[in-house]
Amino acid sequence: MEIKQTALAGTLESSDIQIMLSKGTDGIKVTLDSAVEKQFGDQIRDLITKTLQALDITAANVKAVDKGALDCVIKARTIAAAQRALGTTDQPAWEVF
Amino acid sequence: MILKNNVNRTLSDDLMAKLDYKPYTSTEIGNPEIQRVAPKVHVSTGNDKVVDSIEDVVKATVKDGMTISFHHHFRNGDYVFNKVMRVIIDAGIKNLTLAPSSLTGVMNDMVIEAIKAGTITNITSSGMRGSLGDFVSHGGLKNPVIFRSHGNRARAIEHGDIKIDVAFLGVPNADKLGNANGMAGKAVFGSLGYALMDAQYADNVVLLTDNLVDYPNTPASIKQTQVDYVVQVDEVGDPDKIGSGATRFTKDPKELKIAGMVNDVITHSPYFKDGFSFQTGSGGAALAVTRYLREAMIANKITASFALGGITKPTTDLLKEGLVRRVMDVQDFDKGAADSMQSNPNQQEIDASWYADPDNKGAMVDQLDVAILSALEIDTKFNVNVMTGSDGVIRGAVGGHQDAATSKLTIISAPLVRGRIATIVPDVTTVVTPGDSIDVVVTEVGIAINPKRKDLIASLSNIPGVPVFTIEDLQKLAEKKVGTPKPLEFTDRTVAMVEYRDGSIIDEIKEVKD
Repeated sequence: MEIKQTALAGTLESSDIQIMLSKGTDGIKVTLDSAVEKQFGDQIRDLITKTLQALDITAANVKAVDKGALDCVIKARTIAAAQRALGTTDQPAWEVF
Repeated sequence: MILKNNVNRTLSDDLMAKLDYKPYTSTEIGNPEIQRVAPKVHVSTGNDKVVDSIEDVVKATVKDGMTISFHHHFRNGDYVFNKVMRVIIDAGIKNLTLAPSSLTGVMNDMVIEAIKAGTITNITSSGMRGSLGDFVSHGGLKNPVIFRSHGNRARAIEHGDIKIDVAFLGVPNADKLGNANGMAGKAVFGSLGYALMDAQYADNVVLLTDNLVDYPNTPASIKQTQVDYVVQVDEVGDPDKIGSGATRFTKDPKELKIAGMVNDVITHSPYFKDGFSFQTGSGGAALAVTRYLREAMIANKITASFALGGITKPTTDLLKEGLVRRVMDVQDFDKGAADSMQSNPNQQEIDASWYADPDNKGAMVDQLDVAILSALEIDTKFNVNVMTGSDGVIRGAVGGHQDAATSKLTIISAPLVRGRIATIVPDVTTVVTPGDSIDVVVTEVGIAINPKRKDLIASLSNIPGVPVFTIEDLQKLAEKKVGTPKPLEFTDRTVAMVEYRDGSIIDEIKEVKD
């Protein structure tokens, strides 16, 4: 799937994560700024990458600002940002949940 | 040989030997005989104590290699520390040991500057936070910081483990001979509890005040018999930053739920009877507990013999209402509590030794029934960390935690998780208070009772609305919520040692790797 436009999902409130997704050429690149980088940084990058792959996205630049979000939140925000970027918000990707 | 103590912490044998430390073994103090030390006295009739320059006093008293002290009763409104340290750094004095009752955020930059200048080479404190904690955790100070509880600091001073050469004590009022208290003036903070140790045991006692009053000044918490110099300065502190202002009750439903359960645990315990005693902290949940406890005391026609520790207005309100008969006050957290000390004779100022010194002929904490304490982390052995954050960096203080935890019913109130960080963990990053002194952990989902307290299991297991879990179950619940964190990485270098209240070593803090 190809990213059509840069899209944003999530806020900078505590326990949330803000995901900005834009076009990329060289695979999925995640830049993460996280309050829990030391303990969960690798896991968060991995989860974002896998969630995007499940939506058949193979190339994207991801900028994520995490304020201690749980996995379910990270996944939901990533899907929302991805569908906005793909222009597919009218077809929710239920199977990804 | 790998040296481990009784909370299973590995200690560096070289440091332990060099600093002549014993590993922590037990919460029991026993009945040893203790020899206390006495300060040097520079004899004077007292007519020449008032000086108007910090420079002159520093010149006359502070020499390379000495131990200097301060109190932290002004908290983040403190002007005295930075004024005095500026002069000491500029005088080019080196190799000092800094031994304050604690360090507050407003002192951080000056301490870092003094370390970099070689002025300060050793620190002992109750705690440190912010940029200073970060600096030390990244190896900024060569010698390890020694963390001591408030009661242990009193013990260490009485033993001579901390030998204070010069104490610089800010006060909101003093007369020309040094009679002073913390209650009247502009920057008032109430009890002088921690500073009274320094006034009694330091070789040189320097008071700094912005309010020189007529002689003789009463009530005198610090007495003219103890004081060498009285320095007049323009301002000792910012009254708006000393206390947390008006105490506000939390509306956070999670904190209220925890507070409600803490109250249920207290009222169903065998200790909730007429004449009981308690200590609460200043956090949102602790203040809410005080409010619930008030209702329960009225409903059951029970009054408390005393409330102890760091005091807040909700506690002095109970004193005013007659629900608490005495407030035993080592420090005040807000202006309401500080004002009450001046107006209510049943609010007794106590020094840190009377409050919590283990090597005593009886400290207040030994008489304490119920203590409600907080935690950054609690592990499945009930050990508590109040010193290092989830990233391993120093950002807390022992305070009175180890001391108050010796009460008959010690309750830790804490949320199961904070954001993505679990509060209940398999092993705490730093053991500050040993699990042997913790009796009940209260979270928003329910409580865990220390299995060593079989008597409490019987009385607390069937409270309506208070589910009982094992501590392992609570830990698993937390982990299920937030996931399994990657272990923190540290270097082999020790940046701080944490003493138990008897002066043994309960844990070491290592330099963070990043």
